[in-house]
Amino acid sequence: MQYLLMAYVNESAWPTMTKAEQEQGMAAYTAYREALTKAGVLTGSNRLQPSSTAATVRLANGKSQVLDGPFAESKEQLGGYFLIDVADHDAAISWAARCPAVSHGVVEVRAIWGMPA
Amino acid sequence: MTFHDGDEQARSTADAVARRSYGKLVAFLAARTRDVAAAEDALSEAFASALADWPRNGCPSNPEAWLLTVARRKAIDMHRGKLRHEIAGEQIRIMAEGLDAAAAESEIPDQRLALMFACAHPALDSAIRAPLILQAVLGLDAAMIASAFLVSPVAMGKRLVRAKDKIRQAGIPFNIPEREELPARLDTVLDAIYAAFTEGWTDPGGTDVARRDLTEEVFFLARLVTELLPDEPEALGLLALMLHAEARRRARRNADGEYVPLAEQDPTLWDWQLIEEAESLLLRASTFGSIGRYQLEAALQSAHVSRGRTGRANWADVVHLYDALFSLVGSPVVAINRALAIAKLHGASAALDAMPDADTDARLAEYQPYWAARAELLAKSGAHAEARQAYEIAIGLERDPAVRRFLQQRQSALPL
Repeated sequence: MQYLLMAYVNESAWPTMTKAEQEQGMAAYTAYREALTKAGVLTGSNRLQPSSTAATVRLANGKSQVLDGPFAESKEQLGGYFLIDVADHDAAISWAARCPAVSHGVVEVRAIWGMPA
Repeated sequence: MTFHDGDEQARSTADAVARRSYGKLVAFLAARTRDVAAAEDALSEAFASALADWPRNGCPSNPEAWLLTVARRKAIDMHRGKLRHEIAGEQIRIMAEGLDAAAAESEIPDQRLALMFACAHPALDSAIRAPLILQAVLGLDAAMIASAFLVSPVAMGKRLVRAKDKIRQAGIPFNIPEREELPARLDTVLDAIYAAFTEGWTDPGGTDVARRDLTEEVFFLARLVTELLPDEPEALGLLALMLHAEARRRARRNADGEYVPLAEQDPTLWDWQLIEEAESLLLRASTFGSIGRYQLEAALQSAHVSRGRTGRANWADVVHLYDALFSLVGSPVVAINRALAIAKLHGASAALDAMPDADTDARLAEYQPYWAARAELLAKSGAHAEARQAYEIAIGLERDPAVRRFLQQRQSALPL
């Protein structure tokens, strides 16, 4: 089963961290990816640019509307994701619990809508 | 104002009864019908009635008996509403008989142990036994149990319902097993309690209130088993093991909240009252002359404490204890700890030879202590590049940020 682990983090905390803290934080994510890879469950992963670079697009009254900024204004913003392939929902949750993001944000676990066989 | 005072008093009496008697009442209600869910529902309605009635009419002199009587009536009502077959009449008759029996007795018989044996029955999935005991005996809600066991609350709720259905449908007995059957069945109860404890233990800083509460609740269970079965050495061993782990909780963090490994802990921060209790329990367990997993694990803790207290290395004893434990349990977890003790005695390369292999045991690939131990041993043996890689995986698998930082420091201290 594939699951998307979405890391929602407080973006305003990052610039306030010292360089050493940022490096340690980055290294924790690198190690997490390494552990996912070693366990053979990692399908894909990326870190996202800050939500200030986001644009949202919708159709309003039949016309495209483009707005600057993320879809939802909230303290925690989607900062990255891990697409994993594991046995079940429990296994996905145990991987989410290991994600460094849980100590400075939240990780949402969502099952991928599988293709009908 | 008087009403408000009465309200407060009723609430605190209900809370006190809930804490002291919840499991006893569930056990008594479910023992005949084997319907744990119905007993829980009836009891929760009885508590709701108590909160409505007691402020108006004052707290009853025997709150337990009051709750039991109301809960039985509720249970009978629920059965009448739910079942229209002949069996309903039979269930109601059983319930009513119990009601009369309860009214006749001033003291409600304690059947919590029987309830625990039912919840930890081998016919049930081993992963649901600990959560089921926490719910049925202590009344903890599914959401709290779910967080402790890292499962979604909805999934945990469903599994608890399914397990209770199985108890009822498969006719799992509510009794204390016979003498010859007791040790094996008791093991499943102790394993469930220990599983609940180790989940609570994953918050060594004690900062997570829900987890800390869980640890207290689990101690209540372990003590309850030793009170109800005072002559079972393994039950004593389990309580001793838990007390030893609890005694060192505070020492596992420094003033900055950073992780402190056992070898670097300050023994004056250990809770010596708990340690003394553990030691006397272990001594009493040993008088029965029947060794087991939990006594051996407690003895290992005792050896670590003695080394910390006297400063005298006792690694030969520790390895010996791990040998005995490994021959009894044979788990890779024991093998890892045994290897770490061997390193102290015979050096890192002998220890690496004694380590289990992640290539032959897939479970180890995701087991953090395996990678942390491997990293430490590789570092000691001078294989720095391999050590760095093993640390990397240990860091990636760790859930606790303080331990993660500790491992990161170890990793960056490796020579390039």
